[in-house]
Amino acid sequence: MSSGHHHQLYRAGDTPVHRLPPQCKLAAVAAFALVVVATPREWFAAFGAYALLLAAVAVTARIPAGFVLRRMVIEIPFVLFALAIPFIGTGERVQVVGLSLSLPGLWAAWNILAKATLGVVASILLAATTEPRMLLLGAQRLRLPPMLVQIAMFMLRYMDVILDEMRRMRVARESRGFTARDARHIPVVARSAGALFIRSYERGERVHLAMLSRGYTGSMPVIQDLTPSAGQWLVAGTLPGAALAVLLGAWGLTGVWGVS
Amino acid sequence: MTASLEVSRLAYAYPDGTQALFGVDLRIERGERVALLGPNGAGKTTLVMHLNGILTAGHGTVTVAGLPVSKDSLKEIRRRVGLVFQDPDDQLFMPTVRDDVAFGPANLGLRGEELQQRVKDALTRVGMLEAIDRPPHHLSFGQRRRVAVATVLAMEPEILVLDEPSSNLDPASRRELAEILRSLDVTVLMVTHDLPYALELCERSLILSGGVIAADGPTRTILADAELLAGHRLELPYGFSVA
Amino acid sequence: MHVPDGFFNLAVSVSAGAVAAAGVAVCLRGARRELDDRTAPMAGLVAAFVFAVQMLNFPVAAGTSGHLLGGALAAILVGPYTAVLCMAVVLLVQGFFFADGGLTALGVNITLMGLVTVLVGWGVFRLITRTVRSRAAITAASFAAALVSVPASALVFTLLFWIGGTAPIEIGTVAAAMGGVHTLIGIGEGLITAVTVGTVLATRPDLVYGARGLAAPLVLRGADGDRVVTPEPEVRAPARRPALLFLLPGVVVTFVLAGVVSVFASGDPDGLERVAEDEGFGDQATDHAFGTWTLADYGDVAGIPVGVAGVVGVAATLIVAGAVGYAVRRRNRGHDRDRDHGRLSV
Repeated sequence: MSSGHHHQLYRAGDTPVHRLPPQCKLAAVAAFALVVVATPREWFAAFGAYALLLAAVAVTARIPAGFVLRRMVIEIPFVLFALAIPFIGTGERVQVVGLSLSLPGLWAAWNILAKATLGVVASILLAATTEPRMLLLGAQRLRLPPMLVQIAMFMLRYMDVILDEMRRMRVARESRGFTARDARHIPVVARSAGALFIRSYERGERVHLAMLSRGYTGSMPVIQDLTPSAGQWLVAGTLPGAALAVLLGAWGLTGVWGVS
Repeated sequence: MTASLEVSRLAYAYPDGTQALFGVDLRIERGERVALLGPNGAGKTTLVMHLNGILTAGHGTVTVAGLPVSKDSLKEIRRRVGLVFQDPDDQLFMPTVRDDVAFGPANLGLRGEELQQRVKDALTRVGMLEAIDRPPHHLSFGQRRRVAVATVLAMEPEILVLDEPSSNLDPASRRELAEILRSLDVTVLMVTHDLPYALELCERSLILSGGVIAADGPTRTILADAELLAGHRLELPYGFSVA
Repeated sequence: MHVPDGFFNLAVSVSAGAVAAAGVAVCLRGARRELDDRTAPMAGLVAAFVFAVQMLNFPVAAGTSGHLLGGALAAILVGPYTAVLCMAVVLLVQGFFFADGGLTALGVNITLMGLVTVLVGWGVFRLITRTVRSRAAITAASFAAALVSVPASALVFTLLFWIGGTAPIEIGTVAAAMGGVHTLIGIGEGLITAVTVGTVLATRPDLVYGARGLAAPLVLRGADGDRVVTPEPEVRAPARRPALLFLLPGVVVTFVLAGVVSVFASGDPDGLERVAEDEGFGDQATDHAFGTWTLADYGDVAGIPVGVAGVVGVAATLIVAGAVGYAVRRRNRGHDRDRDHGRLSV
């Protein structure tokens, strides 16, 4: 699992979604997540509409449902947590198939599940349609401090190298008959971590020398410039725009119909 | 004609007081391919670090094509001296081969079409053009080392300095790299203890030992002198004979 | 586990975002002082290292495992400013690339797992090592720093939950569960951090930021016997001011820890379910061991009322940390005395 960790996130393709400049997609996904979080939990229809919007993006980008579902396992810990809330929640209780559940707890569970899931799927679609390095370029274009972008770039570049080193150390431990089972083994694992740090740090020093040798003076040269057209911004704006329209529409409806 | 590289009376001690170089003298003419041989701890890496100004001389001078290494000349020196590190993973730090090869020339101020052309030329010279849009970590070790050479060639250096170029290469990659190095029209200084590789590629060899140049002559003569080699902890592989 | 979208209300998410942004901005400037033009490659490699060690699971109790947060460890190894940047980048990458942690919760996650663990960890570390310059002291301080940093982070989580959590759960329940489990995780974090720092100290002491100036004393030989002199302090010694600056949040968090827990921990335990308690709040502990509920027992086993366990855990943490600090300081005073008499040459 350690080798080729991040390229599995990206799914190459040549669709309108893939072709959008990364900064437009980043901004669109962030705005979408904000709209979702701002939506009152009682507006079921709005959440349904958001899900349909994401599905439309996935279809346009030709990302199969299985791909998205497999990546959604990242959410499992929180799903378990959300399912627990109705049991431990306070307030008025209701009987559901013989179980006493907290009503506000049920609402909270629904709220977290719906919003977290929409957020996770939006992030998955972003990473699936944008190469990691383009995502970094996009972040830089959105005025994320260049230093953070550079740190992230180096992290992504060397993540596999370091995970491989960690795996080799584990193999070396295990080939000498050691497997970590309980707390007494913590020191052995931690000593590997110490060795891993030294290797990582020394590699950092060598990378720095390699950069100096090729004329690095503290800032990365801009090698590729992408300036999105107004049209591309407009296309990317469709997702949060439509979500916002749904939110405002639902708000208008509640005003008219008095739905709480 | 000025020499590609001239080192004169170079001495250096690390901040902790350990002295590594005790007055190194060497001169490499334009177009020469020279091997720098020496046992571990002889000061090879320390010497290499002086050639492009990562370390600054405690005493003596380093001159690259007539330009002395100093704080003011660092930018030009680093263009003229192309350092290829031992571990290509250290050298290939950018997300794709294209970005990596472009890093050096972009720091020199090249942009746009000129930059892209420079990148393609360098990759063509090492036979890696088809890998231009791949991430470095998807390449084999030998391919990565060739791309590492390209990152340096893209800066059109006066002299190419390679640190243990044959280490960790399988025989085929080793031969491919040798062919590439022979095809380049550039001065080469190759730091190695792979004596057959030195013989294959370099007319001339230097032995660095104890922080000074202990021998300088045709590679064949040096490798034939068993006593000289043994005196500096250098050994030919089993069964290998120069004659 | 990272906080997802929708867990905190918009107000908390946005204000935590502002806090995180401000903290990262300060650290961007500070990191330049720690690493100058090496910042990007070094911090990048350390971030990759933190990402890797976060995958190290360690057993907390039978059948339950936690994983390293790494904030205190990074602070001690590379300095607090760089550490915050590393943690922030790790969380940004996890959020945007791995969909781990909500995008609107990025501020919360960076504040909890980046700022709080680094600041509290570094504060505790400096408090203990300010006057002590020995290897043992640094290892002990690393243990205490990491040990305290984890429950401190859990406490700030509880505080945020109290202000703007979206789930209707008694704050006492949250505090007790978070405090209890995270004290256990803190012990694992402390052990790993201490051994890791110790390993690095043994081979490359110059790489440990928190051990700068720990060069071996020089021995002068004269007619009156050997004499030890302390080497000249390093040019780039850590600044004086931040020590206090970092201490303050530590004290505040500790105070809040004590206050919140004791006030709210008397909450009604009736509605508690083991599953809920364990799966819900033992987040760090149960990431990798769903379905093993041993830790839930602390709520009612042996007649100990819920909440008390959490309070005991937190108190134990503070006592251990305090004791380590006290012991180390005492030892150091001993060193100084010995040094004055010219007898000890360590």
